[in-house]
Amino acid sequence: MTLEVQIEKKLADFTLDVSFHATETPLSILGASGAGKSMLLRCIAGLERPNHGRIALHDRVLFDSERRLGIPARERRIGMLFQHYALFPHRTVAQNIAFGLHDLPQEEQAARTASLVTRTHLGGLEQRYPRELSGGEQQRTALARALAIQPEALLLDEPLSALDTHLRGQVEAQLQETFASFRRPALLVTHNMEEAYRLGEQLLVLARGQVAAFGAKQEIFRRPPSAEVARLTGCKNISRAHANPDGTVEALDWNCQLHLKQAPGTPPNYIGIRAHHMDFPETAGDAAGEPNVFPCWIVRTSETPFRITLFVSLDPVRAEAGEAHLQAEVFKEKWERFRDRPQPWRVRLAPESLFAMPE
Amino acid sequence: MDWSPLLISLATSLAATAVTLVAGLAAAAWRQNRAGAGAALVDGIFILPLVLPPTVVGFLLLLLFGRNGPLGKLLLQFGATVVFSWPSTVIAATVVAFPLMYITARAALEQVDPHLLQAARTLGASEARIFREVALPLAWPGVLAGTILAFARALGEFGATLMLAGNIPGKTETIPIAIYFAVEANEIQRAMAWCAVDVGISIALLGGLYYWTHAQRLRRERWGQH
Repeated sequence: MTLEVQIEKKLADFTLDVSFHATETPLSILGASGAGKSMLLRCIAGLERPNHGRIALHDRVLFDSERRLGIPARERRIGMLFQHYALFPHRTVAQNIAFGLHDLPQEEQAARTASLVTRTHLGGLEQRYPRELSGGEQQRTALARALAIQPEALLLDEPLSALDTHLRGQVEAQLQETFASFRRPALLVTHNMEEAYRLGEQLLVLARGQVAAFGAKQEIFRRPPSAEVARLTGCKNISRAHANPDGTVEALDWNCQLHLKQAPGTPPNYIGIRAHHMDFPETAGDAAGEPNVFPCWIVRTSETPFRITLFVSLDPVRAEAGEAHLQAEVFKEKWERFRDRPQPWRVRLAPESLFAMPE
Repeated sequence: MDWSPLLISLATSLAATAVTLVAGLAAAAWRQNRAGAGAALVDGIFILPLVLPPTVVGFLLLLLFGRNGPLGKLLLQFGATVVFSWPSTVIAATVVAFPLMYITARAALEQVDPHLLQAARTLGASEARIFREVALPLAWPGVLAGTILAFARALGEFGATLMLAGNIPGKTETIPIAIYFAVEANEIQRAMAWCAVDVGISIALLGGLYYWTHAQRLRRERWGQH
């Protein structure tokens, strides 16, 4: 089964203009809030009508502006999980799940509901009202309700954003389990890059209504095609850049000259490195002969439970002024080992960790 | 004492409320997914009877249902005259009670989370089923409040009724009309008695309304709605 989407929809500040396809592997749609992610799902579900384009699911055309065709949402057989679940508050868990089974005989409704209750681990809660459920249980009820209609595609709008942190892992496991057995297009919208990475195989990055990147998630995280995608995938260090004739790259914001692993194909305008790829060689000997090693000063630090973020300056004057060029992330154990070393330290921007971006 | 005004008032109000409930819900449901100048104009027309003087409403109804009015002529072909008959008390009460029903039902339906309706759509439900099984049950407290208000308004209807239905004891004489003519005939005792009945019914209704909305608030808290 394939979902093919090619739509344009005018929004208040910009036009949503996307084209992609999804197969049986889950696709994560990553974007900042207001990038048009939810609208995209709503267009696919048939809750909003695009201005132009075409949406096809397997062999069914759901929307085609040229043929003036728009199948209503109720006939699309696309399961949708809403951000705040949209459970019917006046119906019990079982009644919520069975809502889409209205046309089936009573016994079959009961049988299918029971099987979904088991699959989503809701046993014993069938007679509860949504209000009486925890966030995770509400989420599973909404998932069971969407799966009950045996949808041909599944759309999830920020499925984890309304949950407490400690519930997320549990719900993620449930979603992964669902995706594994679903074997149909599943689209998941999120603004959290880690969620996008963990839950999707394919990744689509949306920025102001445009597809900024689309492909295998590993490839997009390793080599973001643009500075915007780098930022959205969590890259903290991005500098304007231009290529030197000798194949090195001048990082304009970091004020240094960098060797890359391979000379960039197109002249880069930006260069980036992820915070956890920054390396601090301990002795001068460690760094001897290595490219891209620079003296550096630590401007300030910020702690998280297991890691520490170092704000690094490559210039003593700017370090004095409290200005940092780069962010590095190291585990605390490592930090403990070298925190008392005299400054300046040495920082290494390994050529294999640097990525050049044309825009 | 002749109890017919009470019976007529109750029968009229019940009938008017029933018609108002159906028509008000239908109008509110129709209005729900519409916007624009046309819908706003229709809104204005629906609410007009609330702000117009009852005499204006009564006079317009008289023009409509009179012997030479468009509806009056039509009904005459079936051998029915509306003016000065019991059904005309129902018509007058319905027209003045309708705006209250419409406004409250609309507000109640608008408060239903649109995501619930959208979820129902993706689950394959028809619009009629969504209205019946999702929108209406969730809007029901508001709709019921509107029904009680409409009933109370129908019970208190005087001006339009007098103009369209006149004062025919045992036929179109409702409590408010009975009071008016009792006062006019200087039958103060009779007027006071009917006043007491009217105040009693209204207090019971409003008390019931208060009790109901309170109970509903508790129920909605159980559902986790705001």
